[in-house]
Amino acid sequence: MGIEQKMGNMGIATTTLEQAVAWSRTNAMWPMLFGLACCAIEMMSAQAAHYDMSRFGMELMRPSPRQSDLMIVAGRVSRKMAPVLRRLYDQMPEPKWVIAMGDCASCGGVFNNYAIMQGVDEVVPVDVYVAGCPPRPEALIHGVLTLYEKVQGMKFAEMKK
Amino acid sequence: MDKKLQPVVEQLEKELGCTVSETRGLVSLSVPAEKIVAACQQVKDLGFALLSAMTAVDYWPEENPRFHVIYQFTSVSGNMVLGLRVPLPGLNPSLPTISHIYRNANWRERELWDMFGIKFQGHPDLRRILMPADWEGHPLRKDYPLGYEEPQFTFNFDEINLRKPYAKE
Amino acid sequence: MPDVQEITVDDLKHLVSERAIQGETVLLNMGPQHPSTHGVLRLLLELDGEIVVSCIPDIGFLHTGIEKNMEAKTYQKAEVMTDRLDYLNTVGNILAYSLAVEKLVDLDVPPRAQVIRVILTELQRFSSHLVWLGTSALDLAAMSMFLYCFREREQILDILEMCSGQRMMTTYIRPGGLWRDVPVEFEAAVRDILKTFPRRIDEYEALLTRNPLMLDRTYGIGKLTAEECLNFGVTGPMLRASGVKWDLRKDRPYSGYEQYDFEVPTRSEGDVYARYLVRLEEMRQSLRIVGQALNKLPMGAVRSNNFKFVPPQRSEIGVSMEALIHHFKLWTEGFNAPRGFVYTAVESPRGELGVYLESNGGPKPYRIHWRTPSFDNLQSLPLMSRGVLVADLVAIIGSVDIVLGDVDR
Repeated sequence: MGIEQKMGNMGIATTTLEQAVAWSRTNAMWPMLFGLACCAIEMMSAQAAHYDMSRFGMELMRPSPRQSDLMIVAGRVSRKMAPVLRRLYDQMPEPKWVIAMGDCASCGGVFNNYAIMQGVDEVVPVDVYVAGCPPRPEALIHGVLTLYEKVQGMKFAEMKK
Repeated sequence: MDKKLQPVVEQLEKELGCTVSETRGLVSLSVPAEKIVAACQQVKDLGFALLSAMTAVDYWPEENPRFHVIYQFTSVSGNMVLGLRVPLPGLNPSLPTISHIYRNANWRERELWDMFGIKFQGHPDLRRILMPADWEGHPLRKDYPLGYEEPQFTFNFDEINLRKPYAKE
Repeated sequence: MPDVQEITVDDLKHLVSERAIQGETVLLNMGPQHPSTHGVLRLLLELDGEIVVSCIPDIGFLHTGIEKNMEAKTYQKAEVMTDRLDYLNTVGNILAYSLAVEKLVDLDVPPRAQVIRVILTELQRFSSHLVWLGTSALDLAAMSMFLYCFREREQILDILEMCSGQRMMTTYIRPGGLWRDVPVEFEAAVRDILKTFPRRIDEYEALLTRNPLMLDRTYGIGKLTAEECLNFGVTGPMLRASGVKWDLRKDRPYSGYEQYDFEVPTRSEGDVYARYLVRLEEMRQSLRIVGQALNKLPMGAVRSNNFKFVPPQRSEIGVSMEALIHHFKLWTEGFNAPRGFVYTAVESPRGELGVYLESNGGPKPYRIHWRTPSFDNLQSLPLMSRGVLVADLVAIIGSVDIVLGDVDR
C-alpha cells in the first residue's frame, strides 16, 4: 500500500512487460503500402488530412516489407498477384499483422469468378476483416483500433516464433 | 449514314468487296480474314488515324463462324467512326497481325490471344498479357466456365468451410 | 499455390537489347508492389547505370474478369460491376454503360437527368484530376499537394454521398436516367464548391507551375509527338498535350454536352509539363461546365417513363397494378434487349472510354467489352522511356495517369 502511493507521487508507473511491449507496438505500427484497387484510394483518404491515421501511430506507410509490421491488403487480389502477396508477407519481420480491407480482400466481394481470389485468407492469415465496398475511412480506422485491442490482449506465449 | 462517311465506305466496298451494314448509327463493314491487312492499310490511308477498339465476340456453339473480330476506327481529322467485322471459324482461328499499321494493336492482339485463343500471324510477341503465363484455357470463350465459388449459407456452411483453403500461418 | 513467376533474360530475348544478354546492362524488376507505379504494375527495366535502355510493362495483376462476369448477370445487376473498372471515374463508367444500354433499347432520358449527369460527371473528372495531381506530385516529393488535393476531394465525395449514399461506388446513374432525384442541399453544396475551388486551383498553380524543381523534373521529359500518340491509340489529356484537339465531349457530344460553352485545352510540346498544364486547365473548365449546368437545371422527372426497362417509383407500387407488375418482371427476369450491337464512347479523365455491347435478344449482355483508355495509354510508355533516368521514369508514369483497374479490367 505504502510503496504504490509513494511511487505514484514520485511519478513512476508500474506495469507488466507484456503490457509495455503491447503498448509500444500499437503506438507506432507502420503499415506497408499494399493498395491494389479502389480500397487503396480510401486508404489514402484515411491517411490524408481529413481522417488522419497518423493520430493512431501510422505516421508513415513504408513501401518496403522489411520495415513494416502491418499489411493492409486493400483491394482485390487476382490469381496472378497471389504469389507476390505471399512472398511479401514472408518478407515481413515478426511480429506482423494483416488487415483485410474491403469486401474483395475478405471474401472475394462482388467478383465471384475465375480471376479473383475469394478472400485473401487463402494465402495469408488475417487478423481483422474490415467490411465495405470500399469501407469508409472511419471504418478502416475502426478496424485498426480493433487490431490494437487484439494486440494489447496478446500474451507472449501466443506470439508466433 | 454520315455524309462524309459515304464516299469512304463506297471506296472500301469497291476495293475490297465487303458488305456494309448500319445498325443504330454505327457503320460496319464485314471483311474476310485474308483481306484484313489490306483493309486496315486502306482505312489508315483514308484518314482514320486512331484504332479506337479491337475486340472479339464468341458465338459458341456455332462453329462456323465462331468468332467475330471487331475493329473500330476513328478519324480525328474528319470526325468519323467506322467499324470492321471479321468472321473466323472455331478451329484454329487466326488472323494476320496489323500491329505494324496501328501500334496499339500489339497489346490488343495479345489480349485476344489470351482471352479467346485467336492467333495472330506475324505478331512480334504473342504471349499472355492478362492471365498468368502458365494459365490454361482462354477465359472469355463461352465454353470456359465462370469459375465461381458456391456461396456459403447456413445449411452448407460447414462442408464448404472444410474445402476452403485457409492459410494457417 | 504457384510460386512467383521468374522471368529470365532468355524469355525476353526479343524484347531487350543485346547488351542485356551479354550482361552489360542490368534487368531490374520494378515490381507490382511499388509506391510509384500507381497500382499493381510491373515494369521490367533494362538499366545501364541509371539510364533506362528499355522498359517492358507486365500487366494483369489486377485482372478481375469483369467482362465475363457481366455476361452472367442481367443488365440491371451488372451495373454494380461497372464502378469497379476505373475506380477514380466511377460516375463516368456507369454513364458509358447507361448510354450504351439506352442506345441498344432506344430509351429516352429526361432533360433534368441529363443535366445532373453532366454535373456529376464533371465533378468526378475534377476529383480524378485531384487524385492524379496529388499522387504524381507525391512521386516528385511535393508532399503537401497530396494533402491539399485529398482535402478538396472530400468535399466532392460529400456531394456524391449526399446524392447516392456512397462515396465512391455510387451507381447513381442508371439506364433511363438516375436512381433518384438529388436532395435539397445539393445545389447549395455545389455552389459552395464553385465559389471556393477556383482559388484552390490558383494555390496549386502558385505551388507548382513556376517552381524550378517542378520545371527541372518535368519540362522536356517524356515527349510524344502527335503522330506517335495517334499511332498508339493514346487519347485524352495526353493526346491534347501533344497538339491534337480531340475531345469527345466537343467532337462527338453525348448527354447534352453540345449546350455548354467550354474550351478544350491543348498544348503542343507533349511532355510531362504540358500534360500537367492541360489537366490543370481541364479542372477549371470542368468547374465552368458545372456552373452553366447548375444554372440551367430544369424541373421534371429524373427517370424515363418506359417501365419496360426502367423500374417505376417505389411509391407507385402500392397504388398501381401495372407498376407492381413491371417492378416484378424487372427484378425477376430483367428486360430483353433487342438483337444487335452498339459502341458508345465517352470522354473519361484518361481518354476515350468505350463500351461495345452486343445482345442476342436475351436478358443478359451477350458480350460487353470495355475499351479502356489506360490500356492504350500505357502502350506508349516503352517509347517514352527510352534513354531517360529512373527518376524521370517515375515522373512519366505519373503523367500517363494510369489506373490499373482500367488497364486490367
